[in-house]
Amino acid sequence: MDENKMTQAGERLLTVDNLKTTFMIHKTKVEAVRGASIHVDDGDILAVVGESGSGKSVLMKSIMGLLPENAQTTADSLVYMGRNLLELSADQRRKMRGKEFAMIFQDPMTALNPLKKIGAHLTEVLMRYRKLNKKQAREEAIEALRKVGIPSPEKRLDQYPHEFSGGMRQRVLIAMALCCKPKLLIADEPTTALDVTIQAQILELLKQLRDEEKMSVVLITHDLGVVASLSNRISVMYGGLIMEEGLTDEIFYAPKHPYTRALLHAIPQPTTGVKERLEAIPGMAPSLTNPPAGCPFAERCKYACEKCEAAIPAYRQYTKTQRAMCVFTEEELNAMDKEGKADGRTE
Amino acid sequence: MAEQNNQILLETKDLQKHFPIKDFFGRKKQAVKAVDGITFQIRKGETFGLVGESGCGKSTLGRTLIRMYEPTGGQIIFDGEDITKLEGAKLQPYHKRMQIIFQDPYSALDPHHNVEEIIREPMSLYTNASKSDIDEQIVELLKKVGMKADDMYKYAYEFSGGQRQRIGIARALAVKPEFLLCDEPISALDVSIQAQVVNMLEDLQEELGLTYLFVAHDLSMVRHISTRIGVMYLGKVVEIAESDELYDRPFHPYTEALLSAIPVADPKLARSSKRKIIKGDLPSPMDVPGGCRFHTRCPYAKPECSQMEPPLVERTPGHFVACHIR
Repeated sequence: MDENKMTQAGERLLTVDNLKTTFMIHKTKVEAVRGASIHVDDGDILAVVGESGSGKSVLMKSIMGLLPENAQTTADSLVYMGRNLLELSADQRRKMRGKEFAMIFQDPMTALNPLKKIGAHLTEVLMRYRKLNKKQAREEAIEALRKVGIPSPEKRLDQYPHEFSGGMRQRVLIAMALCCKPKLLIADEPTTALDVTIQAQILELLKQLRDEEKMSVVLITHDLGVVASLSNRISVMYGGLIMEEGLTDEIFYAPKHPYTRALLHAIPQPTTGVKERLEAIPGMAPSLTNPPAGCPFAERCKYACEKCEAAIPAYRQYTKTQRAMCVFTEEELNAMDKEGKADGRTE
Repeated sequence: MAEQNNQILLETKDLQKHFPIKDFFGRKKQAVKAVDGITFQIRKGETFGLVGESGCGKSTLGRTLIRMYEPTGGQIIFDGEDITKLEGAKLQPYHKRMQIIFQDPYSALDPHHNVEEIIREPMSLYTNASKSDIDEQIVELLKKVGMKADDMYKYAYEFSGGQRQRIGIARALAVKPEFLLCDEPISALDVSIQAQVVNMLEDLQEELGLTYLFVAHDLSMVRHISTRIGVMYLGKVVEIAESDELYDRPFHPYTEALLSAIPVADPKLARSSKRKIIKGDLPSPMDVPGGCRFHTRCPYAKPECSQMEPPLVERTPGHFVACHIR
């Protein structure tokens, strides 16, 4: 697989090991991330896939240091290009944001200041972080807008956000994120608020920027379809834990975790005209205030047994790049499917 | 699949819905032509999917059809009866026969009412069933949408998005409608929950013989659920066909582009296929381009495309398209 080569070639950019984030809300502890490990190599497009409440955005904000004061983050390691982020002061981390890694958000409608011209958004970043003068910053801003495919950038610079469509605003936000030439771009559901036609444009742009700007991308999404063509690796998140990680092809063609398998069956296959009934996943995501002691998916999992509910299972390494957090091996799951006795619970 | 016949339940003739934009003195300045002359038919028992980018008028069309919005021109014919101009008591029976479920299950339910009151309201308004009858039916309805009778006394905030959508469906079904407008009913839900709701809608259709108009922008889900699909662009229907026919042999360049923008959940296929990404955004519906409305973004546009608006014609049996070049 050509994808294999890509991952091995890159250098390690970010290592996150056993990261936990809890919030105190009205004296209740909410465990949003419960021990997640990810890593990003140079040139990676890593997709973090999960449902709402799975902790995917909180994980990224923990890495960026963007969480409010009632949040507490611990980790065995949180290392970005050899620097331990947990040892840095808030001020040092703030200086890294934007310059070293940047983040773009889901809703391009609210992320821009409606009272400021598009140009002012961009030049502010350039003057502050790159210490350019006004004229240089303006030139650089025009260049940045051109790079993200905004037509006649000289004119657009003097317009206000309301004069831009959703897709164009997302492009502006990407341009802002690129101003300081970050090594890592974290995109939190960048296309969820956009139409499919515009979504395709933005995804294409991200791919192109990865190649041209030599930047790594972490793409947070709830839609497996979106990442199939774009990412080279995928981490599947559920209940604050990474349930499975692997190369994109491994996740799509040889998923090992029951949750990943269920997710792939719950979306209609657009390529075949066959109208099979969708396999819905029963129930709903677990509560984060009082998370289950065992595997968070056990309650909805058709293979679950007592062992699953007792403790969080350990990772099982399948290939160099793929591992899944499940008590059963792939063969055991397949065997249960075959026997038609999916429910491993004893009565 | 539900029994199919060609009996027409709902049809429109040159339907229009224009929203006036008034200036400071209340004079009409311009109009947003959200629905601008649409003629199409929905057959009894089918699921008609309606797709298009946001702002193309698909929700407005749906809501005008069920007389939630006042049409500004054309005709709506429901079950052989022209309902375009009906008002008050004459219109009421049609509100009972045509119901709607909404996109956002969070704002569609009154937070001050519990589930029982939410479902009871339409029943006591539109039917003359006795209180005990209604009580029985509420329990029955909740069971039908996969909820427990105990849920009756809970309030909307106690439920997740998927459960709220179930309550919304129970409320719509409470008056035993024949036609259900599903206005992006799964867009706000998680993938694992979407399949639950779609399966339930399919089961209910089979059980109750419902006809659906399914408005959505998730094209792969629309193909899954629809019998026939209409594609809308800037207030016009540009193509109508059986759903597999539309996905396999799209005629209109816009349909083609829309389909090729669907993210394919198959990495090898996604990497190998060449996408036709259309450039630019949807033009403003206040300032619709002349001629074919798509000509400003169309990769194949010819001079005549900006001159004359192409009519919707039947190209192959059951496959309608409005395009000069195809």
